Amino acid sequence: MARVVLSSALAPYTDGELELELDVTNVRQLFKALAERYPDLRDHLEAGIAVAIDNEIYQDALLQPIAPDSEVILITKIAGG
Amino acid sequence: MPTTLKYQEKDLKLVGTRPPRPDGVDKVTGRARFGADYNLPGQLIGKVLRSPHAHARIKSIDTAAALALPGVKAVVTRDDFAEMPDEMAAVGELMINFRDVTRNMMAREKALYDGHPVAAVAAVSESVARAALALIRVEYEVLPHVIDVVEAMQPGAPLLHEDQFTVGVKPKPERPSNIAKRLEFGRGDVAAGFAQAEVIVEREFNTKPVHQGYIEPQACLASYSADGQAELWTSTQGHFVFRAQCAKVLQMEVSKIRVTPTEIGGGFGGKNNIYNEALAIALSRKSNRPVKMVMTREEVFRGTGPTPGANVKVKLGCTRDGRITAAQAELNFQAGAFPGSPVNQASMCAFTRYDLANVQVVGNDVTVNRPKVAAYRAPGAPIAVFGVESVVDEMAKKLGIDPIEFRLKNAAKEGTQTYYGPRLGPIGYIQTLEAARAHAHYRAPLGPNQGRGVATGFWFNIGNETTCALNLQEDGTLTLMLGTIDVAGGSRAAMAMMVAEELGIEFERVRPVVGDTAALGFNFLTAGSRSTFASGMASVIAARQVIEKLRARVAKIREVPLEAVAWKDGQARPAEGGGAQFAPMTLAEIAKMAGKTGGTIAGHAEINAQGAGPGFGTHIVDVEVDRETGWIRILRYTVVQDVGKAIHPAYVEGQLQGGAAQGIGWALNEEYFYGDDGVLQNPGFLDYRMPVASDLPYIDTVIVEVPNPNHPYGVRGCGEVPIIAPMAAIANAVENAIGLRLFAQPFSPPRVLKAIEDAAAARD
Repeated sequence: MARVVLSSALAPYTDGELELELDVTNVRQLFKALAERYPDLRDHLEAGIAVAIDNEIYQDALLQPIAPDSEVILITKIAGG
Repeated sequence: MPTTLKYQEKDLKLVGTRPPRPDGVDKVTGRARFGADYNLPGQLIGKVLRSPHAHARIKSIDTAAALALPGVKAVVTRDDFAEMPDEMAAVGELMINFRDVTRNMMAREKALYDGHPVAAVAAVSESVARAALALIRVEYEVLPHVIDVVEAMQPGAPLLHEDQFTVGVKPKPERPSNIAKRLEFGRGDVAAGFAQAEVIVEREFNTKPVHQGYIEPQACLASYSADGQAELWTSTQGHFVFRAQCAKVLQMEVSKIRVTPTEIGGGFGGKNNIYNEALAIALSRKSNRPVKMVMTREEVFRGTGPTPGANVKVKLGCTRDGRITAAQAELNFQAGAFPGSPVNQASMCAFTRYDLANVQVVGNDVTVNRPKVAAYRAPGAPIAVFGVESVVDEMAKKLGIDPIEFRLKNAAKEGTQTYYGPRLGPIGYIQTLEAARAHAHYRAPLGPNQGRGVATGFWFNIGNETTCALNLQEDGTLTLMLGTIDVAGGSRAAMAMMVAEELGIEFERVRPVVGDTAALGFNFLTAGSRSTFASGMASVIAARQVIEKLRARVAKIREVPLEAVAWKDGQARPAEGGGAQFAPMTLAEIAKMAGKTGGTIAGHAEINAQGAGPGFGTHIVDVEVDRETGWIRILRYTVVQDVGKAIHPAYVEGQLQGGAAQGIGWALNEEYFYGDDGVLQNPGFLDYRMPVASDLPYIDTVIVEVPNPNHPYGVRGCGEVPIIAPMAAIANAVENAIGLRLFAQPFSPPRVLKAIEDAAAARD
């Protein structure tokens, strides 16, 4: 089970829950599981969320593998000028 | 081939040198073609009618008289564009709602700022187009407006969007608000952290919107053909993103729009989004003629995005020995007429330079009756950092600790847990602080009314979608087709250098060009300091693919096993221990035979680059304050920055100097003036004071190179970080010069003089 940590900025969409464990093997599965668990988070996931898998940030990488012992942190997507 | 390549230390022959840029001759001889230089036979000139009101309901638009004017070929209004659903999409550094994009491009129910487009015409000449604009009758119901971010947040403030309820607040608010979104980042327990603190500093800061100030106004040329296809030439930071936006709002298939990027006279984030492009295509579609649209400088100021103005509150708690126990900030950012300020990123950048146990940052994204904000180098970060680094400096002074020493005591390093999520990987923040402390500038003597300031900046840097193609030509030269815009920073040179380094050939044998949208697959914008990282990664992948094909071809030609062929110094040679001897073949020799030995050789890459390495910088500035006029003179400036690897150091230095120069302008003079009627009073460079050469000293640079492990040459990116620290560094220098802390940008002579006089009056 991967350990999933949500940025505190996402707390309003998860009733304050910010840590959980999920049996997922890639980012797409992660987003699907999170959307089912937190319907309010659904609209934010693919549009505005990046993930840090074991502290490496991935953006728009739905097929990026997640290992069973990985720590996955959801953060706001990043861009620049 | 892999889609990402890890860093490998190796001897370099070309990377790290300073060859002339491939676009240099055209730029200095005037041959380079920018947006306004493109023309087509039979083209019309398009002009935009803009709202004279900051906030008004549009009751009716009558274009009949304009259409009847001889020479007018088409008029478009809100009725010519489809209603778009709420749909968020990434376009650069900001997530954009296409319902808002189509409304920003052309007002629908309401005009939301002075300068908001209301109609556009295409006519045989600019004078006819202007005459036609004067004939369009728009009936407005003028509404109360709000310009200031704090006022806009108050209950009872004029509402821009009656259906806007603050997102990020539970339960959902019962009443609509100008606060589009509230967000909160945090870690630890700030209350407990402040309880541990022996010294607390709490301050409030205000900044004004500033424009990116690119030299070249937005300019485009569109040609829509009878078979439903469109061509667009435009000055843009991302031609694929512009194509996507135009296709969306015009309801066209993406492949039916071909966008050719022109040379770009600056963007800095301001050319990440469409303005006139879709209007030009729509006018061309209606008139069946090419349509050219070039903004005036006044239109640029009134109609295109500045960076936000903001209200920032910062509180810092510390032990007497200089360890930060708690950090707190509230960032209230103007988004302009539509939601989407960079308050997210600003919140994440505010304190990330420090290793903190207890942090809380609250951000508010607030709509006001100004143009929708656009990105500007490290969007939002300079504003947050102005407040935070000012407070950090004040704290260091209160504690009697050298400002660099204070930062070193609390500095983030590899493994530091950020308050927005992941731990930091290998970074060079401490190295920049140590290099700044060791620099002669830091110890140079100062005179009366002179002071020295230090501040630091952080930016994430990004990767994203990137493609390129590398074609071996029949004479052994190569063409590198890139999909990322060279926003004048010299990235074409950097990419060609990496390819030449890989192949072991001279830089001049690789010709880099930026391809149009029909030539390559999708590329994200040049934004976020991603181009040399991501496009460089793609270029190296393509080069290594070419090398593998060259080895395979030579193995066939020389009739030896593949493993017997090595590639070195631009030649296929017998591999050491490969078991076969053969006459080496140069790149030119292989290229010459390619057509008869299997066909041309090419490499290509299509990646979504991940693993961008964060960048950190430390700035030192010396100022002198004229107590009689309030004028701040910049005496000396040094930028120290970790860039991972400087592929072409001259262009990296240019980025560091350019960022500092823009930051100095932001700090000292730039601001928008609005009248009580909400109309912009200074839409031109005579009244909007950009820094000029005589305002600036030579800006010294120190390049720190802590390699990014996720790039074959260690590149991090360098364009965003240098604009973050100047505002705070200058404020800190002024405080050291005359003992006066500045809380409101810009630090223009009238404001500084008033602050001096107010301080004197308070002492009396």
